[in-house]
Amino acid sequence: MFTDRLTLRAWVLMLPLLVVMLAVIGWPLADTVRLSFTDARLVGTGGAFVGVENYTGMLGSRNFRKALVATLTFSVWSVAAELCLGVLVGLLLNQRFYGRALLRALMILPWALPTVVNATLWRLIYNPEYGALNAALTQLGLADSYQSWLGQPGTAMGALIVADVWKNFPLVALIALAALQAVPRDIQAAATSDGANAWQRFRHVTLPYLVGPLMVALVLRTIEAFKVFDLIWIMTRGGPANSTRSLSLLVYQEAFAFQRAGSGASLALVITLIITVLAGAYLALMRRAAGQGG
Amino acid sequence: MKPTRIAALMAATALTGTAAFADTELNALFMAQAAYSEEDIRAMTASFEAANPDVSVTLEFVPYEGLHDKTVLSMGSGGAYDVVLFDVIWPAEYARNGVLVDVSDKITDEMTSGILPGAWTTVDFDGASYGLPWILDTKYLFYNKEMLAEAGVDAPPATWDDLRAAAQKVKDAGLVEYPIAMSWAQAEAAVCDYTTLLSAYGGDFITDGQPAFQTGGGLEALEYMTASIEDGLTNPNSREFLEEDVRAVFQNGDAAFALNWTYMYNLANMGEDSAVAGKVGVVAAPGVSGVSEHSAVNGSMGLGITSTSEHPDEAWDYIVHMTSQPVQNAYARLSLPIWASSYSDPAVTEGQEELIEAAGKGLAVMYPRPMTANYQEMSMALQQGIQEALLGMASPAEALEGAAENSGL
Repeated sequence: MFTDRLTLRAWVLMLPLLVVMLAVIGWPLADTVRLSFTDARLVGTGGAFVGVENYTGMLGSRNFRKALVATLTFSVWSVAAELCLGVLVGLLLNQRFYGRALLRALMILPWALPTVVNATLWRLIYNPEYGALNAALTQLGLADSYQSWLGQPGTAMGALIVADVWKNFPLVALIALAALQAVPRDIQAAATSDGANAWQRFRHVTLPYLVGPLMVALVLRTIEAFKVFDLIWIMTRGGPANSTRSLSLLVYQEAFAFQRAGSGASLALVITLIITVLAGAYLALMRRAAGQGG
Repeated sequence: MKPTRIAALMAATALTGTAAFADTELNALFMAQAAYSEEDIRAMTASFEAANPDVSVTLEFVPYEGLHDKTVLSMGSGGAYDVVLFDVIWPAEYARNGVLVDVSDKITDEMTSGILPGAWTTVDFDGASYGLPWILDTKYLFYNKEMLAEAGVDAPPATWDDLRAAAQKVKDAGLVEYPIAMSWAQAEAAVCDYTTLLSAYGGDFITDGQPAFQTGGGLEALEYMTASIEDGLTNPNSREFLEEDVRAVFQNGDAAFALNWTYMYNLANMGEDSAVAGKVGVVAAPGVSGVSEHSAVNGSMGLGITSTSEHPDEAWDYIVHMTSQPVQNAYARLSLPIWASSYSDPAVTEGQEELIEAAGKGLAVMYPRPMTANYQEMSMALQQGIQEALLGMASPAEALEGAAENSGL
C-alpha cells in the first residue's frame, strides 16, 4: 500500500518532465516517422503518402551503400585507435613521475576543443601547399614531396580519422585513468611477488577492472563516431569524389540541399536504428560480462 | 542625483531608446567571404540606417557553402530573414518553392535602363524578377606578368590551348612547378570553372530537358581539365582548392596563372600580404579557336525579399540602397558595379583599367549554369563526376555519363 502511494507520488512528480520530454523528443520523432512515408519537401508541398518507397529506394542505392561503408570505416578505425591510445595513455599517466599533474591537465585540452576548431586546425595542418604536416615530413626526410592529404581518396579518410582520434582519445584515457585508480595496489604487489610479469599483471589484474568502464567509453564513442558530421563537413565536405561522405552528410544533403524531407527522414531513421542496435548489443555484452564477473 | 536614480534613468533610456529610433527591425542574411567583406557590408548597412532612422537591420553572415541551406532551413522553420543574398543558380528553385517574393512591379524604369542587361539574368526567372543584382561577377584569367616575361610569353593567352602552351613554357623555365591554380575541390567552385570551359568549347548543360554535358563541349571541357593535371601544368592540389586557396597560391608567387573571381584582382595586386603586388595581369577567360572568343560563367548574386517577411517595403528600400549606384561605385574595387554608366566613371575605373577591360569582354559572354529547380542535385552529381575524372578514377566520358545519370533530370 505504502509502495503504491510512493509509486504514484513518483509518477506525479515526474509528470511535468515527461510532458516536456514527449513534446521535445516524442513529437518530433513521431513526425519524422510520418514524414518518412511521404514525398514531402522541405518547403512547398506537405507531401503525399508513398508507403515504404523512401526506404526501398534508399537502401538499394549506391550512394547509401557507399556512405555506409565510409561511416563504418571511420567509426571502426577511429574508435579502435581511441581505445588503444586511451588505455596506453591512461596507464602511463597512472605511473608516478614528476610533472604528472601537468600532463594530466594538458591531455584534456584536445577533448575540450570544439569540433569545429579541431577540424579547422587539422585542415591547416594538412594544407597541401603550406601545411605543417607536409613541412615536417619533408624536413625530416620522411617524404620527398608535399602531399594532398585531403584531396586524394586514398588518404582523405585516414586524415579524418587521425583528426578525430587526436581530439577524442583523451576521453578514453580519462575514463581508463579513473578506473585504474580503483585497482588495489596490494593485489598488484601480490601478483609481482608471485612472479607475474608486466603483461600478465595487466592482463589478469588490471584489465578486469578496466573492462566495464571501457565498455561505456566504447558505446559513447561508437555512437558519436557513427553520427559524425561536423568534422567531415569542414574538412572535406564529403570529397574527394564523395569518398568521405558519411551517412549524416547524406541525410543533410537529401533533406536540406535537395529538400527531400521525406526520404531524408527515412534515412535518418535508418541511422537511428543502426545506432540503437549497436548500443543494444554493447549493453547486452556488458550485462553478460557483469554477470560472469559476479 | 543619486547613483541609483541615474542607473534607473539610464536603464529606462536604454529600454525605450531602441524602440524610439527603430520601429522596424529587418533581418538580413549575407555571406562571409569574397567580394564585399563583412566590414564593408556593415558600413553599407550603417549608411542605410543613418538615412532611415526608423529601420534597423540585423546582419547575419554564413560561408557561401551554407548560404542556400540556411535560407531554405529558415523558411522551413517559419522564416527568420527579410532579406537574403542568393546565388544566380537558385532563383528557379526559390521561385518554385515560394522562398522569394516576385518584385517585378517594384522595378523602376531607371533600374531597367540603368542596370546592365547581363546582370538581370541573375535575378530573373520565367519572366519575373525575384530581387536586384548586387554582386556582378565572373571568373577571369589572372596571370603573373613577371613570370610570363621571364618565360618569354609575350601576350596573355587568348585561347585555352595558348594557356597550355604558355604554362608549359613557364614550367620549362623552372619558374614554378605547377603554373596553373584552379578551384576544383568537391564544391560549387569546380562547377563554375567547368562551366567556363564548357562555354568556351560551345557545350550545353541541358538540351530538351535532358543532360547534354556528357558529350560535345561539355566532354571536351573535362578532358581539358584532366589533361592539364596529367601534364603537370595545373597544380594537382587544385583538386582540394577553393577560391581562397587559389588566391593564396597565386599571391605567394607559386602559380603563374589562376582562374578566380573579381575580388582577387585588387587583393593580389595591391594587398599588403601579396608577394606579387604590382605584377598581376587580368584578362577575360580564354576562348577556343573557331568556337569562342572568350569564356565566362555567370557567378553573380542578388538580394531578394523572403515570402515570410513582414516588412517587404522596408526590405525593398534596403535592397535599393545596397544596390544603388553610389554604394556600388564606392566599393568598385571589390566588386564591379551593376550600373552601365559606372564603367565610364573615372572614379570607378582608375587604377583598375585592366580589370574593367577584361570585364567588358567577360561580362558580355557570361554563361549561365542551368536554370533548374533541381540544380543542387545536378551540381552535386557534376562535382562528383569532375572529381572522379580529375583523380583518375574514371575517364572523363565515363565520369560525365555517371553525372548525367545522377543529375536528377
